Amino acid sequence: MTRQLRCEVKKLIEFQNVSFSYDSKTPVLQKINLTIKKGETVGLIGANGAGKSTIMKLIPGLLHGEGTILVDGLPVARTNLPVIRQKTGYVLQDSDNQMFMPTVFEDLMFGLRNYGLSREAAEARVDEVLDQLGLQELKYRHNHKLSGGEKKMAAIATVLAMRPEVILMDEPSATLDPVNRRMVIRTIQALPQTKLIASHDLDMILETCDRVILLSHGKIAADGDCKTILSDGALLEQNRMELPLCMQTPGR
Amino acid sequence: MDQLSRAQAELREMDALAAGTSVVHRLHPLCKLFVTVTYIFIVVSFHKYDLSGLIVMILYPVILFQLAGIPVHVCFYKLRVVLPLVCAVGLANPFFDHVPLAQIGNLVITGGVISMITLMLKGCLALMASFLLVATTPVDALCGALRRLHVPAVLTTLFLLIYRYIGVMMGEAAVMAQAYSLRAPGQKGIHISAWGSFLGQLLLRSMDRAQELYQSMVLRGFRGEFYYMDIPACGADSVLFMLISICLLLCARLVNIAQLIGNLFVR
Repeated sequence: MTRQLRCEVKKLIEFQNVSFSYDSKTPVLQKINLTIKKGETVGLIGANGAGKSTIMKLIPGLLHGEGTILVDGLPVARTNLPVIRQKTGYVLQDSDNQMFMPTVFEDLMFGLRNYGLSREAAEARVDEVLDQLGLQELKYRHNHKLSGGEKKMAAIATVLAMRPEVILMDEPSATLDPVNRRMVIRTIQALPQTKLIASHDLDMILETCDRVILLSHGKIAADGDCKTILSDGALLEQNRMELPLCMQTPGR
Repeated sequence: MDQLSRAQAELREMDALAAGTSVVHRLHPLCKLFVTVTYIFIVVSFHKYDLSGLIVMILYPVILFQLAGIPVHVCFYKLRVVLPLVCAVGLANPFFDHVPLAQIGNLVITGGVISMITLMLKGCLALMASFLLVATTPVDALCGALRRLHVPAVLTTLFLLIYRYIGVMMGEAAVMAQAYSLRAPGQKGIHISAWGSFLGQLLLRSMDRAQELYQSMVLRGFRGEFYYMDIPACGADSVLFMLISICLLLCARLVNIAQLIGNLFVR
């Protein structure tokens, strides 16, 4: 019975022998095979240049590599991109690059109007998302006047407004102060969608993810339970990483 | 704050000005666009010696600045770079046109002087009217209005993206200039020997950021055309403003009001 149930869990993202290189000499990703199932929260960790951001950008078709990538069964190909991009929300590392309209409201409306929602329906959706994240007071604020934490939350709101099935987050806690970082962690924990989070903040990964994929030199070095991998000091050190702060013994 | 950061802040101030709620801000963008274009056409159409007729045209921007709640000095401050260039256009006229047109005491005023002042005034008034339009209409609404006039989408999108990306480029330049000044104490500006690499880096960094911004837009369904701010149907107040303004402007063009008023006092 359990086995039968497991089989029914939908595969949302599938990488089949995916390779990628920017200049055809140095491979960034080498024959990556991975599957992310519906409802999972997966942390993507690895040293700088390990290929985390490349994996994130391959999913919505911002980059094109060799091999096959399937999102909800659809191959990432030009003809499927509009549908795939509606299913995947991407929170960029730099919120300034994500928020390009003058106000938070207009930024949230941008994607909804592009996908053909009427103004009334789009406005209702905007209010719904702002209520969900407790950001109503930011609605008509100018983007350039928001603090770092507010910008990050607004960027998450722009993605949630599209009602994606999977949320990709690139360094969601980078450059945030402890209070804002905590706010973002709580928001991530409360989101019911499938999430793929690329980050160096292993403490945040530990708090938000149930599975971790460790990348090293474009290959998967480890894939499994979050606590098991993040408590394996030898494995992490071997791949130019450290134990999360909360797992380090004092005086280390 | 360095010059680049100040320029960036000024650009943002224009957005803040356009987000006002005055009676002029509430007018339909299309009506404002029509009136502004008509005003500029009429101002430009005055004869080069018709200074008295042109003077009355000052009333339009002055009244609208008052109604919009925007101090006129803000306009002059923001246009401080362009205004001298516009004024410089007619500077050579007094040297070429020596026809005497008027005399005040022993001072003979030549056609060249009059045409110089007329040209300067025309330039200033046209700039003020354009500034007024931009300061009371959000750029999205302006682009939306242009689309309604069937201006090709590629042009309106280009206009909007330039407006948005110019801030991105200025932001990158400001960061680079800051980094430079921290390692070049006592230097005013950027040394000429560093300009090549500075501009090259600026281009590369701007391209990277523009690429990220574009990706963010594409991920949210952008396919080459913006869904501009929804412009409501043209209200009676806007139509009335447009008709009255155009009628008054035409009157001011056809009848020399300043001369008429002058005739009341001088026989």
